[in-house]
Amino acid sequence: MKSGRITKVSGPLVVAEGLENANMADVVRVGEQRLIGEILTMTGGTASIQVYEETSGLGPGTVVETTGAPLSVELGPGMIENIYDGIQRPLEEIMKMVGSNITRGVEVPALSRSKKWDFKATAKVGDKVIGGDVIGTVQETSVVLHKIMVPNGLSGKIKSISSGSYTVEDVVATLTLDNGETKELTMIQRWPVRVGRPYKKKFPPTAPLCSGQRIIDTMFPIAKGGTAAVPGPFGSGKTVVQHQLAKWSDVDIVVYIGCGERGNEMTDVLREFPELQDPRTGESLMKRTVLIANTSDMPVAAREASIYTGITIAEYFRDMGYAVAVIADSTSRWAEALREMSGRLEEMPGEEGYPAYLASRLAQFYERAGVVSTMGREERVGSLTAVGAVSPPGGDLSEPVSQGTMRIVKVFWSLDASLAYRRHFPAINWLNSYSLYLSSMRDWFNENIGRDFMDNRDRAMSMLQEEAELNEIVQLVGKDSLGAGDQLTLETAKMIREDFLQQNAFMETDSYSSYDRQAKLLGLILKYDKLCRDAIKKGADLQPLFSLSARDRIGRAKSVDANEYVAAYADIDKLMEQEIDAIAMKGGAE
Amino acid sequence: MIREYKTIHEVSGPLMVVEKVEGVTYDELAEIQLPNGQMRRCKVLEVNKDKAVVQLFESSAGINLAESKIRFLGHSLQLAVSGDMLGRVFNGMGHPIDGGPEILAEKHLDINGLPMNPAARDFPSEFIQTGISTIDGLNTLVRGQKLPIFSGSGLPHAALAAQIARQAKVLGGESNFAVVFAAIGITFEESEFFVQEFKRTGAIDRTVLFTNLADDPAVERIATPRMALTAAEFLAFEKGMHVLVILTDITNYAEALREVSAARKEVPGRRGYPGYLYTDLATMYERAGRKLGHEGSITMIPILTMPEDDKTHPIPDLTGYITEGQIILSRDLYRKGIVPPVDVLPSLSRLKDKGIGAGKTREDHAGTMNQLFAAYAAGKEAKELMTILGEAALSPTDLLYAKFADEFERRYVAQGNDENRSIEETLQLGWELLSILPTSELKRIKQEHIDKYLPKQEG
Repeated sequence: MKSGRITKVSGPLVVAEGLENANMADVVRVGEQRLIGEILTMTGGTASIQVYEETSGLGPGTVVETTGAPLSVELGPGMIENIYDGIQRPLEEIMKMVGSNITRGVEVPALSRSKKWDFKATAKVGDKVIGGDVIGTVQETSVVLHKIMVPNGLSGKIKSISSGSYTVEDVVATLTLDNGETKELTMIQRWPVRVGRPYKKKFPPTAPLCSGQRIIDTMFPIAKGGTAAVPGPFGSGKTVVQHQLAKWSDVDIVVYIGCGERGNEMTDVLREFPELQDPRTGESLMKRTVLIANTSDMPVAAREASIYTGITIAEYFRDMGYAVAVIADSTSRWAEALREMSGRLEEMPGEEGYPAYLASRLAQFYERAGVVSTMGREERVGSLTAVGAVSPPGGDLSEPVSQGTMRIVKVFWSLDASLAYRRHFPAINWLNSYSLYLSSMRDWFNENIGRDFMDNRDRAMSMLQEEAELNEIVQLVGKDSLGAGDQLTLETAKMIREDFLQQNAFMETDSYSSYDRQAKLLGLILKYDKLCRDAIKKGADLQPLFSLSARDRIGRAKSVDANEYVAAYADIDKLMEQEIDAIAMKGGAE
Repeated sequence: MIREYKTIHEVSGPLMVVEKVEGVTYDELAEIQLPNGQMRRCKVLEVNKDKAVVQLFESSAGINLAESKIRFLGHSLQLAVSGDMLGRVFNGMGHPIDGGPEILAEKHLDINGLPMNPAARDFPSEFIQTGISTIDGLNTLVRGQKLPIFSGSGLPHAALAAQIARQAKVLGGESNFAVVFAAIGITFEESEFFVQEFKRTGAIDRTVLFTNLADDPAVERIATPRMALTAAEFLAFEKGMHVLVILTDITNYAEALREVSAARKEVPGRRGYPGYLYTDLATMYERAGRKLGHEGSITMIPILTMPEDDKTHPIPDLTGYITEGQIILSRDLYRKGIVPPVDVLPSLSRLKDKGIGAGKTREDHAGTMNQLFAAYAAGKEAKELMTILGEAALSPTDLLYAKFADEFERRYVAQGNDENRSIEETLQLGWELLSILPTSELKRIKQEHIDKYLPKQEG
């Protein structure tokens, strides 16, 4: 018997009996509407099932059928530029079928069955291939070359293969397997979402992911293949940070998971990304993006699955040898979905009602990130970077999801509501944030950006730290009681905060800043500090130093056009030297 | 299929267990007939074999286990909707209580609605002028947004909401608008304030009221906002109207939800609220918005009172994570006599950037907005420093900032409940205030805008 009958319904949890032959974690179809569900626990023939759609109208006696397979995604050409729900149903297709609201029991294949792709064979008849080997390519969008790989676990000789125009279900090649059987290959692969895709070897990440965000790239950089978390109370700009990363990261593929967040935010991405231009390829940003949207009003169980759906798709592209970034907003909503199901299963709760396995599930998710050498004979290196937003209740980081995440991730961008109130954006607090990749990436920076870069970064950080200490003194005794050197430190720190760390995501010229530009801008500020310090030693007054016209121009240096900054910054540099020189001369003369 | 049972086994608080039932489905609506003929409504929360757990929408007093009959109706809770709902008053369960006839239904709609496909949403970007500077200038409201008011007990949130409802308009737009108002567990007086206000401005004919007052059954409140939103969706997406939905007070709603959750002995989340409070609130708030290919829109202003003015309490906290910003009222400002007492710094409209700028409001809006925020924050800091160290400790610039903060509160925030400022007036006022500061401090505004708009100093 592959089908059973419902005995209990409680929200998204359904209990059915008579499912002796089902496997743990099988996908099941519930009722006449064939709602999709997944088996969570088995006791004899009784299965507890989480249903990915609204369960109203279900009652005891309704038929439940198992499909005999775990929750899987379809992998193949057609995922880029698409928007899926948490269980990989294409939302635009659903809209065409049932209109602007999502009704129940809609069945649409994840990949279009009618669209034809231009398949170019790269392997020849007679080639020996194993799982992971590329047998051909499809130009999926103008920037993504989709590599068609032999599914993992297969090994044999190519019996036939031919280029041409195919749908994803057409046979593009046949293999004679090692045991003599013939296997037909299409461009679709299926992979269970809860199992990480295999790789040959994992490496520690060493190269940074350039996001164009100054506080991230310079102060707290994340490596390609690394993990990061963005925690913050509401209104602190989490979503803007996530969107900026999705927009400007120098990766080949971005998978953006909207997990239990606002519908309008996904719409924003969907409408805005096609208009934006990737600074590296000049093409639309949407041409490298896959969206997974399970908004907060969509069924809660599918929210739990959305994170896995997203990361599995990302792993598939990583296996082609690409640099992939997964951006999940927000992992707290995913954890809440986990909590809700756990509560309905009447499991013993851990902290704050979350299940005891919360931390291990979080760790499993982030551990799927990394730099790997992929399966197959050819040596390919792919990376998967995972960035998760955390929405701690009340902004309190001591709660289980934040704590569980902080134990795992290597980069921590802590968003601060008080900075947001002052409209200091991105509101990443420079005192509590950290990046553990600094030392492993130092060589890369020294080689590619220049030796001063890391030194400048460290100096800027220590100056900000000093500022925090000095501020405590200022609170007690006022600014005037500080020495000239300390006053200059305060001024420089202010410049670092306002003229460097602050970045306006909504201003075209400031939204993205290249590494070179970041290095030059910070260099300018620190040079100003150094020249002023020398001038003060020579007896110069503070006030004229603080009101230089060069200082004013540094303040506006962010908004210089990307094509003109090199000349403009050099210009400021020269002006600054002259002006400070003049003041120092005067100061020395008196 | 209607099935009637006399097998009520247990009643405890808002919950009942009915035994030996057959064919009962999850979320189904049922009616209980008391021995005296009275009818009460309830819905199925859980079915386990032949046992159903039902939640009453009304009080359980008077239910006799042996004599009461329960009838399952085969569908979930529905609202009869029609264009004639405008100008009518309903109770929390959607029955007319204004003495008028029942609604001739054009449709019966499930009050839970269906999730909106994110691919079918149209991004809200049409500026709504509320005539209130702190909202228009700094926390701009756009059509299709959900922007809650976080208030506290004793703060004038009702006056602010009424002012928005009265003054809101789209620049150069037509006025096929409607207001849907849901009173959720508020007092008669507060509810009456809104009714009188709508009558005074003549908006009452375009208003649909749902009232569940403080002395009405608490569990009925779980249905009331959904009734209101179902009516709003009908008016917006089937009748093409621009609907402003005011829900007050969400805190009462969440407490009713907690009551049911506690009765079910569910594992509580923070402060005893159920773990699914976020999801539950989201299924209401997310019904605001615009749809591609549809004329109408739903703009939502939920009002909630923060227990102990604590923004981190689960209700405001989870609301803030779902809604597109928040308007926070401040007790300090109110004590100083500043009305409406909008606490500008922690208030936020997430969609403001889409609704402002050239062609929508004015080119200088974004820059001045950021500058005003930053300057007010700096001014408040300077004032704090001044109270500790005295005026002498401040630099001349800091003194100007402190002066700016005072003027800002006095002129920009404190506009009263009757002044309706156009966006040009609001922007102009912003520039006048910014002229207190030296031009070199106005780093967030483009130079060309400063040249064009900054009032020239005399002499």
